[in-house]
Amino acid sequence: MHELGIVFYIIRDVKAAAEENHVERVSGVVMNIGEVSTIVPEYLTDCWRWAADKETMLKGCELKINIVPAVTFCGDCKKEYETVRYGRTCPYCNSEHTWLLRGNEVEIKEIEVPNT
Amino acid sequence: MMEEVKVIEIKKSVFAENEKDADALRKELKNKGVYLLNLMSSPGSGKTTTLIRTISLLKDKLRIAVMEADIDSNVDAVRIKEATGIQSIQLHTGGMCHLDAEMTRQGLDNLDLSDIDLVVLENVGNLVCPAEFDTGSCRNAMILSVPEGDDKPLKYPLMFSVCDVVVVNKTDVLPYFDFDLEKCRANVRMRNPQARVIPICAKTGEGVDVFADWLLEDVKNWKQNK
Ligand SMILES: Nc1nc2c(ncn2[C@@H]2O[C@H](COP(=O)(O)OP(=O)(O)O)[C@@H](O)[C@H]2O)c(=O)[nH]1
Ligand SMILES: [Mg+2]
Ligand SMILES: [Zn+2]
Repeated sequence: MHELGIVFYIIRDVKAAAEENHVERVSGVVMNIGEVSTIVPEYLTDCWRWAADKETMLKGCELKINIVPAVTFCGDCKKEYETVRYGRTCPYCNSEHTWLLRGNEVEIKEIEVPNT
Repeated sequence: MMEEVKVIEIKKSVFAENEKDADALRKELKNKGVYLLNLMSSPGSGKTTTLIRTISLLKDKLRIAVMEADIDSNVDAVRIKEATGIQSIQLHTGGMCHLDAEMTRQGLDNLDLSDIDLVVLENVGNLVCPAEFDTGSCRNAMILSVPEGDDKPLKYPLMFSVCDVVVVNKTDVLPYFDFDLEKCRANVRMRNPQARVIPICAKTGEGVDVFADWLLEDVKNWKQNK
């Protein structure tokens, strides 16, 4: 179960960030998850609920997910295209000399804290 | 009533902390003169069998220890110890699908490294998660076995892009599978032009000397450029 492992890393980073900012409770965590990052968003939020509720600071804290669409760049014709739709092969020139520009993110974008 | 919230920007990859831990571990190992090889593959590709063969070829030339990662069994560590007599421990990942740098460090703490040149970490059998987590190893190697197919590099690009060596195992069954070694090389090259591809048969030992020679040379170089 890949997502549970990821959740533990998120918790570690969120707790560290909260400490750094002298925050006692975090009410929301916003993630950027790339479309081809291999993370299944529903699994991630399920695992999050289970693990976050065990942490005093994160009880009830909501995990919000922004999906980052995957975009591939073609090194031959210099065009960008949708990775999920066309895969490795450039739909414009058929080149395989392509690489992922974005869509692989597993990133904590921001945390939300109650404003007291 | 709406609870007002304050937003604190983080913008940090979930893997960033682990990468820092891994770099620190690598540096420490370099100072100690210990070389760590991270060996990955799908379950059953032949990691343990290949290791036993490789250790037998190298154990007079290098001082070797092995860490076997498994979700919860001890079988592989025992197999290594019985077959080769070297120091071998089992790491339990407690359900995790990979090892990270911190878990690797904890494993290393359980070994006596004072007279060790090479530690091999047999990672959890899985082609996705281990590729995402730098263990702090000096090199990554993976084993692709013939029955898995020559198109694996296309399906698991990240794994192939992080590996310095791709060992193609179970060449004895090539006649029964629709596996094209040249196509496999081309697929690996597409993901990682630097990776070496070494075909072996761990069952008979054929080709394992090529892998062992590469490893011996690499350990020596690494220890020299301290
Ligand atoms: N035919 C064949 N079988 C092999 C070869 N190498 C390993 N095996 C078998 O593959 C199975 C899994 O091997 P093992 O080393 O335990 O794989 P691991 O899970 O990656 O450590 C065992 O039954 C081995 O005997 C090989 O070169 N040829
Ligand atoms: Mg094994
Ligand atoms: Zn193109």
